Amino acid sequence: MKAGRFWAWVVFALGAAYFFIPLIATVEFSMRMRRGVYSFDAYKVVLGDERFQATFGYSVLAAVFTIILGVLIVVPAAYWIRLRLPQLRPIVEFITLLPLVIPAIVIVFGYIRMYGSNSPLPFLASDTGTNALLVIGYATLALPYMYRAVDTGLRTIDVRTLTEAAQILGAGWGTIITRVILPNVLIAVLSGAFLTFAIVIGEFTMASLLNRPAFGPYLQNIGANRAYEPAALAIIAFAITWGCMSLIQILSRFAPRSANRPN
Amino acid sequence: MADPFLSIQHVRKSFGATTVVEDFNLDVERGEFVSFLGPSGCGKTTVLRMVAGFEEPSAGKIVVGGKDITRLKPNQRNVGMVFQAYALFPNLTVAQNIGFGLKVAGMPRADIDARVAEMLGIIKLPQMADRYPYQLSGGQQQRIALARAIAPKPKLLLLDEPLSALDAKVRVSLREEIRSIQKKLGITTIFVTHDQEEALSISDRIAVMYGGKAEQVGTPFEIYNRPATKFVANFVGTLNVLEGTVTDAAAGTVRVNSEQVSLKGKLNGSKSGDTLSLALRPEAISLGRQPGRDSSLSGEISEVHFLGSVIRVRVGIGGNTVSLDTFNSPATPPPAVGEKAEISFSSDDMLVLH
Repeated sequence: MKAGRFWAWVVFALGAAYFFIPLIATVEFSMRMRRGVYSFDAYKVVLGDERFQATFGYSVLAAVFTIILGVLIVVPAAYWIRLRLPQLRPIVEFITLLPLVIPAIVIVFGYIRMYGSNSPLPFLASDTGTNALLVIGYATLALPYMYRAVDTGLRTIDVRTLTEAAQILGAGWGTIITRVILPNVLIAVLSGAFLTFAIVIGEFTMASLLNRPAFGPYLQNIGANRAYEPAALAIIAFAITWGCMSLIQILSRFAPRSANRPN
Repeated sequence: MADPFLSIQHVRKSFGATTVVEDFNLDVERGEFVSFLGPSGCGKTTVLRMVAGFEEPSAGKIVVGGKDITRLKPNQRNVGMVFQAYALFPNLTVAQNIGFGLKVAGMPRADIDARVAEMLGIIKLPQMADRYPYQLSGGQQQRIALARAIAPKPKLLLLDEPLSALDAKVRVSLREEIRSIQKKLGITTIFVTHDQEEALSISDRIAVMYGGKAEQVGTPFEIYNRPATKFVANFVGTLNVLEGTVTDAAAGTVRVNSEQVSLKGKLNGSKSGDTLSLALRPEAISLGRQPGRDSSLSGEISEVHFLGSVIRVRVGIGGNTVSLDTFNSPATPPPAVGEKAEISFSSDDMLVLH
């Protein structure tokens, strides 16, 4: 084996150890609930807990609405910027990065001040309004991922020519976006959607400060009061995230291939 | 032309301070195949895009079938277009691509299927209906793009350098196929190209463009044999340009490298002593004196290129170099570099460039 290859494997092994050892330790700890034997008791407790089901269900629903809102905002915006306003791209990219720079706590306090029960837009005056505000907040948090995923997808197709080809065949903007652009960036949109899902499922700050019964605050609550269950929950949350990532990989195989190749 | 089908009238297009098309005028008859020929940046694609509706003219108007379409959106014009980059929808099959315009128009499914099958027959790819664009060669993709453009029976077909991305062999066969389909369907067609051979071989008329203007509009024969401007003469075909001095304007004689050439009737407005640019096509020149050729010039062979069936010879005549082609004859060896040579031509074939 050449020296370069040997060191490459050493680095890989170190990286893998750094990643897997804590994970294995957590799995091992989560299975030690029953004294002296390994068992899935902690998982049974967690999965059988009504609050787990309720909060997880709530967060899944919030994630679905967040994805829908994100797609409705990001796809037309990214498409229009690529087609007609390419000079605005650096500005929009900067704006979409802001949620990574501004802490969620700042955003949520801003929301509380802006949309409190005494404001002209009293989102926080009702449960439905607060839920809607949470979804809007989540869409903001997911914006860097969703925008980049969609923009990368748009980069793989000739947006302008495909748009013109559809236009000259009689298509209006609705048809162009739904039948030409969206199907060709669907895998990118799904990538963004799964990243959004992963973010929303574990999000704590916004849900907690808006007092919503979401999975993130539940995770925190269990973590503060139990020993083995938090480890089991961490593994479950990790499995969900990895499941999402795997789905992105699987779906990317079905992406429409570019037609623009030389003869 | 009494009633043109397509009329482009005094069209101008500016992008900021840059004017890319200036006072462009063209009338096209129904069923005619007109090519826009010119170098990159001459404005040919911009004119085509204005006809398609992708660009709005800064001035002037575009009329199709008696209707002013200048301000109509592209999807309201009933115009078909084939793009250089094919622009097939990657997520749709060949049949779905061809049927796209028909579906958008709300045609019943059965009628769409029938029309798609008819189109696939016309482009001779009936077995490709279920393939995706990435499974096709460039030539096949462009045929599908053509079928997609003509499936909704557009009033006008626009072809924006459709053959540029293809290899030479496919380019020749596909251009013949495009012309044959166009003739069969009788569809009025505008074809944009920078390839003169393409334009000369398939067009009814050619508009040679330069600097945002139509330098000359005419049949391929007129464009090639009677170029109206120096640019057209230089751009279309190979041209030998010789510098000459008018020796007797009244008699129509010009001196080229100390030899007299008679150009009676071609020196309109020139005075004795004026310097002129004179042009000769390579095929109008013979090596040695030939019967029927009334003029000759002497020089020395500077280059010989053996090209198989043809031998390209360059002859230095004073400060000018003249290029001519002779057929290869196995019995006659090619001329040698450095040999003295005489070229002959008919003075009728000599063009005076203005």
